[in-house]
Amino acid sequence: MLSVKHNQSVTFTDEMLSKFAEIVKRYPEGRQKSALLPLLHEVQAAFGWLSVPAMDKVAEYLQLEPIEVYEVATFYTMFFLQPRGRYNLEVCRTGPCCLVGAERIMKYLEEKLGVKEGEVTADGLFSWRGVECLAACGYGPVLQIGPEYTFYENLTEESVDQLIDQLKEKALAGN
Amino acid sequence: MARKLLLTHIDVPGINTFEVYRQKGGYRAVEKVLKSMSPDDVLEEVKKSGLRGRGGAGFPTGMKWSFLAKPEGVPRYLVCNGDESEPGTFKDRYLMTHIPHVLIEGMIVSSFALGANTSYIYVRGEMMPQIRILEKAIAEARNAGFLGKNILGSGFDLELFVQPGGGAYICGEETALLESLEGKRGNPRIKPPFPAVSGLYNCPTVVNNVESIAATVPIINDGGEEYAKIGIERSTGTKLISAGGNVKKPGVYEIELGLPVEEFIYSDEYCGGIANGKRLKAVVAGGSSVPILPANLILKTAKGEPRLMTYESLADGGFQTGTMLGSGGFIAFDEDQCIVRNTWNFTRFYHHESCGQCSPCREGTGWMEKVLHKIEHGHGSFSDIDLLVNVAKNIEGNTICPLGDAAAWPVASAIRHFRDEFEWHVTNGTEARTRNYGLAHYADPLEPVV
Repeated sequence: MLSVKHNQSVTFTDEMLSKFAEIVKRYPEGRQKSALLPLLHEVQAAFGWLSVPAMDKVAEYLQLEPIEVYEVATFYTMFFLQPRGRYNLEVCRTGPCCLVGAERIMKYLEEKLGVKEGEVTADGLFSWRGVECLAACGYGPVLQIGPEYTFYENLTEESVDQLIDQLKEKALAGN
Repeated sequence: MARKLLLTHIDVPGINTFEVYRQKGGYRAVEKVLKSMSPDDVLEEVKKSGLRGRGGAGFPTGMKWSFLAKPEGVPRYLVCNGDESEPGTFKDRYLMTHIPHVLIEGMIVSSFALGANTSYIYVRGEMMPQIRILEKAIAEARNAGFLGKNILGSGFDLELFVQPGGGAYICGEETALLESLEGKRGNPRIKPPFPAVSGLYNCPTVVNNVESIAATVPIINDGGEEYAKIGIERSTGTKLISAGGNVKKPGVYEIELGLPVEEFIYSDEYCGGIANGKRLKAVVAGGSSVPILPANLILKTAKGEPRLMTYESLADGGFQTGTMLGSGGFIAFDEDQCIVRNTWNFTRFYHHESCGQCSPCREGTGWMEKVLHKIEHGHGSFSDIDLLVNVAKNIEGNTICPLGDAAAWPVASAIRHFRDEFEWHVTNGTEARTRNYGLAHYADPLEPVV
């Protein structure tokens, strides 16, 4: 569902705007709509999720109707229409990963983080969800963390413990 | 050792860089086509090679290219399909991660053959690291003069861009991919017109899988006839197989088409047998969409002949006793795996990924998921099993794109070959929740490999 907060102001930095301009140049004249998915990825990487004002601003930039942006953002699973944890852990839950223990890993994450799928921990650091096949079936169970989509393979309970500790340290260090 | 064409230098340190790739003979195919061949010559070689689309459909690549319309003054596009999302398949990720320049080189060769001056590589958004790798490889190739204006003084111009997807299996379907590349929802288009006539921005377009495009490099270097010497019948050349599930050594293997399935599973050169000393129960040979086969039917055809890794041999017996090579996503199931649970899992996947355009798929996948959930959790009845067969039959062939078929086949085949396991779930509801059915009669006839 779209989350509407009209009072939120959104500013695209100069750095973002120059990246946007570079992306739009990849397509023929008048076909700037093709830049929509790449731009939404950029905006989500900057703000953590896609708010309605952020999407409206993208629409304005690409000279589209806002609905053209909403219909795309709601179609693709990678776009978040609500805030997530700072580290959003996405575990592959499709067949081949389940043959090697993905369901166990998701259950473990739920217990370890103390939040259900899609919820955010009280400190705002973590959320998790199951996602469909990540095309890494030979290395399962796997999880990924955006916005760079770093990959963690052959997961065990121990490696999940280590990962969570590392991320907590990273957050403490201010990264 | 089997011959390798794409992964020849995969173990060379630094092969992901332009410099090392070039030292190992990279970009020779570009030099050859730009200096001594016409676009039609390139097309001829690809036709002679017998290369068939490596994304799953197996349609002859040369023939697909020859359908491309060439009206005067209208740009033509080549779009590479790197939206790898078929459960069980991870070969394109592997190729793009470790040897990205073979794809860039293939893109230049193929774009030249098709007369495309702007080409796109559409990569699923989750593969952000691979997108960065390809962008770096493109920059390196450009610096070396292999991309841009007047490449190697030939007069041929090519701009190459990487486009991220947004997380949607359906965008692996070529017209959904083109919609997505135009910045829209990934709803497949009604055909005709086919992309070869009206594709990206209503211009003639060819969409090819990552591996198909990469394969044009050895085809140009060695000649189409040499390529066609590898393999059997209409299954020529080499194929990347993604081995996953319960095999000892999961990973991506380049095989010569024609390799016996038994050798692929048990040889130490490939999967090395089933993990943890267990026995083989079933195999999904070409990605989740193709029919699942019990161990006895994947190792030998119904006629008792050894099953080979070729388009024809895997399809031998039709859907009654055969399957498909598909995208080469090879998933092995050991004796502890539950076929009902896996079928439910796959069906949930298709329900989740249905774009919702056609009601048989949108509604049917949801119904199948619900009924399978019921059976798996011990609340099913015998009539539910027949209901599943009925729903699958009503989805198949009644949708705009093949996602409907892809959702129907795994269910229909699981019931065809493992009906007793579904029935056991119905008659032993409580037990089905605590233990698995086991091997029954469809076990691997070989001694377990410990």
